[in-house]
Amino acid sequence: MERLLDVLREQLRLTGTKEGCGEGECGACTVLIDGRIVNSCLVPVAQVEGCEIKTIEGIAISETQLHAVQQAFIECGGAQCGICTPGMVIAAVDLLEKNPNPTEAEIRNGLAGNLCRCTGYMKIFESVVRACEG
Amino acid sequence: MRAYVPSYELISTVSLSEVLDVLAQNLGVWKPFAGGTDLMVLLEAGKLTHKNYVNIWNLKELRGIEVADNYVTLGALTTYTEVQEHPVLRDEFPMLCQAAGETGGIAIQNRGTLGGNVVNASPAADSPPALLAYDAELELISQTGERRIPYANFHRGYKQMDIRPDELLRAIRLPRMPKPLTHYYHKVGTRKAQAISKVCFAAVGQVTDNRISHIRIALGSVAPIPIRCQQTEAVLLNQTVNDQTIGNAAGSLAAEIAPIDDIRSTRDYRLQVSLNLLQDFLRNLDS
Repeated sequence: MERLLDVLREQLRLTGTKEGCGEGECGACTVLIDGRIVNSCLVPVAQVEGCEIKTIEGIAISETQLHAVQQAFIECGGAQCGICTPGMVIAAVDLLEKNPNPTEAEIRNGLAGNLCRCTGYMKIFESVVRACEG
Repeated sequence: MRAYVPSYELISTVSLSEVLDVLAQNLGVWKPFAGGTDLMVLLEAGKLTHKNYVNIWNLKELRGIEVADNYVTLGALTTYTEVQEHPVLRDEFPMLCQAAGETGGIAIQNRGTLGGNVVNASPAADSPPALLAYDAELELISQTGERRIPYANFHRGYKQMDIRPDELLRAIRLPRMPKPLTHYYHKVGTRKAQAISKVCFAAVGQVTDNRISHIRIALGSVAPIPIRCQQTEAVLLNQTVNDQTIGNAAGSLAAEIAPIDDIRSTRDYRLQVSLNLLQDFLRNLDS
């Protein structure tokens, strides 16, 4: 019953994935399982045998080149305290891979499962718009 | 406080028959574990009282959406995302797709299952009212065979269901309805996303020759179970939609539902919103 989140952070030391609420509300622990975003706090590790897991550590294009979404978060001030940021970035990357030209409503819906307690939502929203333009 | 995780067990199997063996040989000891979006929340809160689970997430027999002439059959492990992506469901069962799209965020929709939503039996769940309005049937399977029951008869009381400990929900069947229907689904929550319903209203109807010829009304969060309102349907069937009909239906609905005060809302608010939604649905049906 061990959570995927705990295995990532404590055994694999992939601490980019954060724990916020621990109950599937905040999206801070978002990772991709076989190309679909999930809350890793709600996934028992026993259910991911044989699956491909991608965390924030695997989002950059290379060691010297960030993903366009990550670059846009820097340029637009999309990160404040940083706890929600890995989940926000992964949700945005997932959205843009499925829909490279989302409407404003589609961006809002794509990020609806991710909460920011610094309430920097507009900067985050603008970051995703910038990533689309780039 | 978080539960002591080593005291829980989640065993994996390779086949449906193996799961049914486990459920039957140790009646009540093992319970199925699907997408985890409800059970893992309880685990984290230290409120998951049952300890032993058998993983069913990998069972192919419980996956897939099959479209036949008269029915669409959804495997119990169909996720909310898969519901929204299916063209026939989007075309013919739009309320189910809307419910799926308003359950949690995308990360929840990728993992949560329709079967889990049914057997978790929360009165506040969003897909049950749509399933009730669409006359869904459930396929239950055990070592001794399969049985099929109307979903409207499944919930017997708060978290009480017509399912034995050795049975597994295999699939949900939706009868296809060729007639042109008005579909009306409205979830009322604190915010537009990630909110649990204060009231959830699902209804389908048809007006023929100025009279209501088909009607189904179901609500969530206003009774101990997701409730289909058959008395109110009977009040409306064969009637012309006018102020008197709406008034009669409102009186019936107020008597049929049993909303309460709780952390999410109040009895009075839920009752008023339910009546407002009924009226709005009937005005839509008429236009």
